[in-house]
Amino acid sequence: MPEPLVLDRDVYLQVVAHCLDGLPLEACGLLAADPATGRVERCYPTENEAASARVYTVPSRALLRADRDAESRGLILAGVFHSHTHTTAFPSPTDVAQAPDPSWHYVIVGLGEGTPVLRSYRIVGDEVAEEPVALEGMPGRGRG
Amino acid sequence: MPDVRLPTVLRSHAGGAAVVQADGETIAEVLIWLEATYPGLAGQLRTADGEAHRFVNVYLDDDDVRYLDGLATKVGQDSEVSILPAVAGG
Repeated sequence: MPEPLVLDRDVYLQVVAHCLDGLPLEACGLLAADPATGRVERCYPTENEAASARVYTVPSRALLRADRDAESRGLILAGVFHSHTHTTAFPSPTDVAQAPDPSWHYVIVGLGEGTPVLRSYRIVGDEVAEEPVALEGMPGRGRG
Repeated sequence: MPDVRLPTVLRSHAGGAAVVQADGETIAEVLIWLEATYPGLAGQLRTADGEAHRFVNVYLDDDDVRYLDGLATKVGQDSEVSILPAVAGG
């Protein structure tokens, strides 16, 4: 099994909320991780510059701002999240073709089945591999 | 000498450096300098026609150069040029 994507609980909530708030359009944003642990500690919800229910574009200015903010906190940009408004949480051919970085996590929130389903993938070349997602920061619980 | 910040995905082509000091008076000259200095970057920044690759965002200080003068944008010696992968999908 691949290593899980470890998401802070608050990041998970922000990601799902931003995707629901974005309906009927696709929503998107960036994820920043601690480079030592790989844990995703921060998310940067952005506008979808494409303003579409089928595609998304993270605005270039928001990308630069998030990169600088992450760096100032000792974090690195480590992934992107977006919603699929009408389909399941699986990367589309466009997602695979445009994946910017093989070291990133690609988080997709599928909204096509009524309730949100969050899944995460690695995309290297045209190879897609799902990775488990583990939540941390749950009061009274460990990971999981 | 403008500083150029490289994204993680391109750093391995520049000996692992996050920031390099480049040469050039325009964005085009800086990109050409990068490609000449780090041959692994060739084809990653500009298309065969010499245009900025659409999968790459190039910034001068706080601005995307697409909203300035594109590759002809003048670069000051104290400027910071940032390169980030465009983030989009479907």
